[in-house]
Amino acid sequence: MDLERIRKDFPILETKINGNNLIYLDNAATSQKPKSVINSLVDYYEKYNSNVHRGVHSLSVKATDEYEKSRSKVREFINAGRDEEIIYTRNASESLNIIAHSWGSKNINKGDDIFITPFEHHSNIVPWQELCKNNKANLKYIPLTESGDVDLDKFKSMISVKTKLISVTHMSNVLGAVLPVKEIMDMAKHTSAVTVIDACQSVPHMPVDVKDLNCDFLCFSGHKMLGPTGIGVLYGKFDILSEMPPFLFGGDMISEVTYEDAKWNDLPYKFEAGTPNIADAIGLGVACDYLKSIGMKNVWNHEVEIGEYIFNKFKLLDNFEILGEKSKEKRGGVVSFSHNKIHPHDIGSGLDRFGIAIRTGHHCAMPLVRSYGIVAASRASVYIYNTKEEIDIFIDRLLEVEEYFK
Amino acid sequence: MSDLSDFDDMYQEVIIDHYKNPRNSKKLSGNYDETKAHNPFCGDEIELQLMISDDGIIEGISVIGRGCAISQSSGSLMGDSIRGKSIKEARNINLNIRSMLKDEELSDGDLDSIGDSYAIEGVKKFPVRIKCALLSWSALNEILNKY
Repeated sequence: MDLERIRKDFPILETKINGNNLIYLDNAATSQKPKSVINSLVDYYEKYNSNVHRGVHSLSVKATDEYEKSRSKVREFINAGRDEEIIYTRNASESLNIIAHSWGSKNINKGDDIFITPFEHHSNIVPWQELCKNNKANLKYIPLTESGDVDLDKFKSMISVKTKLISVTHMSNVLGAVLPVKEIMDMAKHTSAVTVIDACQSVPHMPVDVKDLNCDFLCFSGHKMLGPTGIGVLYGKFDILSEMPPFLFGGDMISEVTYEDAKWNDLPYKFEAGTPNIADAIGLGVACDYLKSIGMKNVWNHEVEIGEYIFNKFKLLDNFEILGEKSKEKRGGVVSFSHNKIHPHDIGSGLDRFGIAIRTGHHCAMPLVRSYGIVAASRASVYIYNTKEEIDIFIDRLLEVEEYFK
Repeated sequence: MSDLSDFDDMYQEVIIDHYKNPRNSKKLSGNYDETKAHNPFCGDEIELQLMISDDGIIEGISVIGRGCAISQSSGSLMGDSIRGKSIKEARNINLNIRSMLKDEELSDGDLDSIGDSYAIEGVKKFPVRIKCALLSWSALNEILNKY
């Protein structure tokens, strides 16, 4: 991987923050965008802005063509079988909500169990809490081992005929730990449970193959994988999506409308009511191109290397604690830490003076952060453009901030 | 290149001192009003107790919490600023604090009323942290609104 070349593709890395070179370590929240993605948005609006799936004029044909080409790129990126299995949404939260509303409200009944893990982002907790409240089902958590990893043996004994849905994160946005999703999917096969993977932190960073995982649904957001904001993906197996009722009703999702009734359009359009986010969908396709050109294995190896580098640096520091330090799972480029005295907000504000962007707070995973006995943590998360030199500066500055508050 | 020196605008010595040695952190006993405030954005928490006399004077105050230096010191300083004040005065100080952080002009009298809490003035340069500074003042509002 040619880091220097990659860094040149990201215009924002030239930005000065408070007089310093930007060191962007908040990639688990959102990634930066390469020039090619930014250009694709400008290109669309300057050269072929038009609505999709309706016009006969040249611009509309071009816009439709590019929009659908992007869908194929996404399909290929996660190795789905058919384009119809790729539904464009705003983000992973919306994708998960579609499953909860459209599949869940119809298939989850009184007394059923839904399983998630204690590592979930709020977006993979709250839709299920609401579904369980409405349908009188039970939301249960896959238990943890002493090292803080999912306890597959215990989980196995909890699965029953009542288990109807299992939704797990592929990689924790707080701990950086990769969960054994394939084993969990395999367990689900012995039940009638439908499986969901929250792949927000995995699709951008590692090779993900939905056929290999054999999940029923997989959700992710474009903006965390070099793409624009406002575009996300719901992958679902064709047969399951076909059975599901639409989530939103209106234009584009119908095949025939009379004054009394309507027939639903085919997949994926059944779930894409209204004019879609054309420009950003096209941008997401370009982001897939960019990642593909680097190779997802290379992306992952780079991030594991930098992640380990951060991890090992923190282990040498007094007063700092790494969240989930004892986990035996493979880790990506995400390290959350807390200081025994200084609040993350003060650390975050201090690092910002040096142009270093980290995330501070509960990381949209309040229950998990609280389970460590703290109300907030700091998190450094990397991507393809981060270097070890940046990490050295980050650690040096962090110690300066610590000194300041001593 | 910037360093942490301009940081001092926000983290005045007084702020750091109140953060490390919070005043007014002893729980009240007897009759008092109580409320909790929470900033979900960063997880800061404040538990505020006020003892208000029959003639409307804030005679006792307790501010206990956990969170960042700004939220915790602001709570500690608030205690010093409003103890012994009437409900009306405390309300006025609360408004003045908010004006100060919005960088609005204040009369000398209004500035004086703020007292030691003037130390949080530097936070106005760091808009994302204003919510931290106002956490305890919002809790104060909540109790005073009952009167």
